[in-house]
Amino acid sequence: MSTVPALAVRELRKSYGEVEAVAGISFTVEQGEVFGLLGPNGAGKTTTVEILEGYRARDGGEVTVLGIDPEHGGSALRERIGVVLQASDLPAALTVREVHQMFAGYYDHPRDIDEVIALVGLGEKSGSRVKTLSGGQKRRLDLGVALVGDPELLFLDEPTTGFDPAARRTAWELVRSLRALGKTILLTTHYLDEAQQLADRVAVIRDGRIVKQGSPAELIGVAPKVEIRYREGGRDVVVATDEPTRLLAELTAGAVAEGRELDSLEVVRPSLEDVYLDLIDDDEGTP
Amino acid sequence: MRRFRHEVRNQQRLFWRNRESAVFVFIFPPMLFLLLGAVYSGKIDGFRAADVLLVGLIGYGCANTAFAGLAITLVIRRESGVLKRIRATPLPMVTYLAAVLCSTLVVFVLQMLLTITLGLTLYGAKGPENWFGMVLTALLGVACFAGLGFGITSLIRSSEGASAVVNLIVLPMAFLSGSFGPTRRYPEALRWVADVLPLTYLINLMKAVYLRGDSFFGHPKDIAIVVAWGLVGVLIAWRRFGWEPREQ
Repeated sequence: MSTVPALAVRELRKSYGEVEAVAGISFTVEQGEVFGLLGPNGAGKTTTVEILEGYRARDGGEVTVLGIDPEHGGSALRERIGVVLQASDLPAALTVREVHQMFAGYYDHPRDIDEVIALVGLGEKSGSRVKTLSGGQKRRLDLGVALVGDPELLFLDEPTTGFDPAARRTAWELVRSLRALGKTILLTTHYLDEAQQLADRVAVIRDGRIVKQGSPAELIGVAPKVEIRYREGGRDVVVATDEPTRLLAELTAGAVAEGRELDSLEVVRPSLEDVYLDLIDDDEGTP
Repeated sequence: MRRFRHEVRNQQRLFWRNRESAVFVFIFPPMLFLLLGAVYSGKIDGFRAADVLLVGLIGYGCANTAFAGLAITLVIRRESGVLKRIRATPLPMVTYLAAVLCSTLVVFVLQMLLTITLGLTLYGAKGPENWFGMVLTALLGVACFAGLGFGITSLIRSSEGASAVVNLIVLPMAFLSGSFGPTRRYPEALRWVADVLPLTYLINLMKAVYLRGDSFFGHPKDIAIVVAWGLVGVLIAWRRFGWEPREQ
């Protein structure tokens, strides 16, 4: 069983009318891995995830979730996955505990609900009605409800959108602790730092295609050039290079020989953010 | 079966917890019975007024609970994403819908018993002449109006509009079908409309089994028309029902 990838997606396609939302996406997620789908709104992330969750039929390609085709997975597959949708409410009139109870009853082997409520940090809110929760608490409730069936695989569709920075850090800790429990997680986000913080591997999606895939470090590694910047004669000088060591040595040796100071000298490695913006901005403006 | 029982309990909890809709769905028909029962006296169509109103408001209660209440609830759950979320769990949606139907039946039966009790104690109305026939009629009524409820749910696009659309159908229908009093003096055109409505035939059937003690199966025409309406609803639902929000 452990040799079956948690998710295998090959040449996945899905169109809505004329619009090709997903235009041939391929990736594999191993068990126990946290995989991030990163991209701007409308890139095709949610469509991809909802096909994997079994909500939508695909137009083309091959997909397996825990070795099963999600279109025909039925209850047996849904026993093993947990889902946090991008936007969905839970019954407002029930308490946090009652909502967990309600969902726990849908599974054959649910986890202890009080344990789950504590895990997502809602212990003190256990007896509160859902309608009294804050936005961040509701999102944690979504996560608790997704965990109540003790899933092997979790889909988190933009789990922290709308969070303040502190709430996001708490959510990140939570995802890390789930990873430590051995859960496989597919995460979509349009926050780069989130992908960088949480994902073992990241696929950057744009216009329904994966434009880059790899670990966060690898994505930075493919960055074009390192920049050396300094000020000279009142002007900013920026030199992009593949050989920063040699160039820096030449520059500084020259300056030292002439007794000059290179003002504001810095060597800048592109951040993942630069790579990301570069990738999603590529050929912008083409029709 | 375990999941079905679990979900019926969930549905009951959700129904009674939601005070506003519980009042509208459960209390409103018996309340109207109390009011109208105090207004009318004498005979209606050869029966005692209290008896006719009792049967009429049980009929209205059936449409209100199984059609209006059910549709409003399902539209709100669909639009808020609750249905979509439940679909991601191992609970089969057929089981879910069956539980919703069963819970609706429970609510209606309790409401019917409450209305009958009020009639017996306050207005001297009589109990059902044919209990078994009345049970079958109740089942038929809930099935028909729930079918129509699933159908109209498929046609309503937003939560905001649900209550308005549904009541725009139920209240005139109840009025025309004689739920709220005698229809003999209504203009012919209105009576002609009433002649196609399912509630008219459900109330006919109730008058027959409840007031006259007829056999349920002695009225195949009424049964057939009620069943046909239910099937229309189911057919619409079959083609158009959706689990996901429709805002766009």
